Amino acid sequence: MKRRDFIRGFGAGAMLTLAGLHAHASSASASGRVLVLVELKGGNDGLNTVVPYADPMYTQLRGSIAVPASDVLKIDSRFGLHPELAALVPTWEANQLAIVHGVGYPQPNLSHFRSIEIWETASRADEYLHDGWVSRAMHAGVAKQAAFTTEGVRIGAGSYGPLAGCRAVTLNSPEAFVKGAANLPMHDDAPANAALAHILRVEHDVTQAANGLRGDAYAFTTAFPDGGFGNAVRAAAQVIASQRGRGGVPVVVLSLGSFDTHQNQPGTHANLLRQLGQGLAALRSSLVEIGAWDQALVMTFSEFGRRARQNQSNGTDHGTASAHFVMGGAVRGGFMGRAPDLARLDAEQNLVYTTDFRQIYATVARDWWGVKPDSVVRGEFEALKLLRT
Amino acid sequence: MKVSRFVAIGFAAIVCASHAAPSRLDADEARHLLIRTGFAPTAAEIDAITGRSAEQAVDDIIGAAKRAQFRHTLPQEAVAAPPAQREVQAMSQGERQMARRDQIREGIDIKEWWMREMIETPTPLAERMTLFWHGHFATSQQKVVRADAMWRQQQLLRASALGSFREMLHGVARDPAMLVYLDGARSRKEAPNENFAREVMELFTLGEATQGGGYTEQDIREAARAFTGWSLERDDFSFRFRPALHDFGPKTVLGKSGDLDGDQVLDILLDQPQAARFIVEKLWVEFVSPTPDPREVESIAQRFRASNYDIAVAMRELLLSRDFWDVANRNSLVKSPVELVVGAVRELGVRNLDLKPLVQKSAQLGQNLLAPPNVKGWPGYTEWINATTLLERRRFADQLVAYMPGDTQRMSAFRQAAMEPGYQLK
Repeated sequence: MKRRDFIRGFGAGAMLTLAGLHAHASSASASGRVLVLVELKGGNDGLNTVVPYADPMYTQLRGSIAVPASDVLKIDSRFGLHPELAALVPTWEANQLAIVHGVGYPQPNLSHFRSIEIWETASRADEYLHDGWVSRAMHAGVAKQAAFTTEGVRIGAGSYGPLAGCRAVTLNSPEAFVKGAANLPMHDDAPANAALAHILRVEHDVTQAANGLRGDAYAFTTAFPDGGFGNAVRAAAQVIASQRGRGGVPVVVLSLGSFDTHQNQPGTHANLLRQLGQGLAALRSSLVEIGAWDQALVMTFSEFGRRARQNQSNGTDHGTASAHFVMGGAVRGGFMGRAPDLARLDAEQNLVYTTDFRQIYATVARDWWGVKPDSVVRGEFEALKLLRT
Repeated sequence: MKVSRFVAIGFAAIVCASHAAPSRLDADEARHLLIRTGFAPTAAEIDAITGRSAEQAVDDIIGAAKRAQFRHTLPQEAVAAPPAQREVQAMSQGERQMARRDQIREGIDIKEWWMREMIETPTPLAERMTLFWHGHFATSQQKVVRADAMWRQQQLLRASALGSFREMLHGVARDPAMLVYLDGARSRKEAPNENFAREVMELFTLGEATQGGGYTEQDIREAARAFTGWSLERDDFSFRFRPALHDFGPKTVLGKSGDLDGDQVLDILLDQPQAARFIVEKLWVEFVSPTPDPREVESIAQRFRASNYDIAVAMRELLLSRDFWDVANRNSLVKSPVELVVGAVRELGVRNLDLKPLVQKSAQLGQNLLAPPNVKGWPGYTEWINATTLLERRRFADQLVAYMPGDTQRMSAFRQAAMEPGYQLK
């Protein structure tokens, strides 16, 4: 099916909706837009992902696991991509890929569980929050911007993470989810207590999401890579395609991993980055195919980067700051922020972050959704110029 | 003063009498008591206590739980110590990885053992209490790694589950798994680690500082100094106090000054009336209702404290409280995944099930034994239910029914009941 046929398939009403979306594309709102969060589970090694190949400190710290300068995809005179990220180069060249250097937070926690929770809830290192940061954005006004099918979809098993507290669902594929929700009854009786009220509300949300996701899967011409991440990207693309002219799903979360490369990192890491690069390239191609790329914002996140110096097992231990990717049709491509100084590590021999991850979230809140970032990131964080406006 | 206290007691007695726990349990009340103090009961279990007084039934349940015995032999490998630290250091890369995998496998053995105990025990309150304290003193094998340490902690919680909270708290503070989990083992006088000192106040005894906890950051820093040197023996992973790492200097915690050590700090925490309140409130939301009544909590907390923190005293008060028996509070709590899984299996009287899928199911539903999400434990209540877990809970009923051979009528009745939203409640 060609894009033109797809749009024609909507009928005149849907055409109007689409036209409306384009007309409002410049004013920030979640309506018709989707944020795709890609979790790199286990803590991705930023230094071997976006390689500071021109810095002699890099080879010194990374000895046996350094990506050789000759292999690096030199997108800049100082930094280059890991060779297995070749699939991202066209997006970089189209100025639709931003790379944010040194993303982290103060008083870094090196526990996987605790640190990912800090990222997911956008908490300070010393506070425990229940709800994900996306949920706070919903409360800050995003929820009211459209009659969303569901506020978020997490692809694959696992916790809601950033979506915790949202009206969200988890699914492996939209078809299987719709099938699973098929015989959920609807209850009209007034619930006897708060617990029952909660269950009925969840049942209602599932049914609503299933209704909004029901329908024939869009037949993409884009070829999705084989494997778990490729399937997750396909499911994400299908969710997004299913929403054109419908309620919309403002946030989709996928994950890839494990990036916890304590030993023999080079092979494992190369394999993961290939899946990441090819998966994100397929996501772009599929969203371009349905005309949704300009309304998509794709961002990576991870609990932490790795220790600056490699360990004795050809791997890297838990670290702190890391580079992250932000891409989309509306993204202002290029490097953002300042790379951590490899010669100035903290007391634990870790990179010192230069951009707080909450600055990225604040940017999403303000520039992508058009809501006040204060309550989303719980404080004032300077937004970045990630979007072309 | 004397008179007014007398009047107050007299008034309390009248109030209690007018809403007292039932003197003869009907079947619904019997079921309520059993599901709250255990897992979903069978018809026979309900019959056995119907007609008795609530007081007698509660005393029997608590008494039996205090005398609880294991049904099954312990997972031998999990109890055994893994290779000592120096042996590990001499290992090759691959051997170390194998050793780590062994620990994970042994942790699974413990989970399966525990799940079997919960399914087969005649004293389910003992298991529910152990599970409650596991969530309270949340410790995860994902950080601790050593299965034998998780096992020892489990035995510690089990031993005091309906005994002395004071003993349990002192035990947990020197428990090797906890010393690893909250970084106490690495805390020394030159660099006191505040992790345990903070959580022992915020999560284990007093509650959040801003929610009535009543301590300051300075109290946390001082307490952290008192716990320095509480460390581990590298070889057998037992508790060891290392005087060279301990800060013997004067400290002030919650207004009490002296050359305090860790045990003294724990006693200072238990001297706070807030500690009894905090624990009673937490027990309340686990066993009574989602909304503790502050006045009732206060009176139960006073008796809990007066009993020198006898958990059985607090539990008895809670289970005989007006609110526990108030019909409005019935089915007002959400079954945890473990309660759902164990309850369904017990209710159906299924025996000799493969335990691995049950352990996995409960993890998939959000309650992975020996691996609470963080030191705060499982948030519980409505947090247990979201779109995924709700659909998975329903699927579990289908899976269990599909597993059961024959007796189709009973199974379809169970399935029908399990599809009702109310089945998730207790």
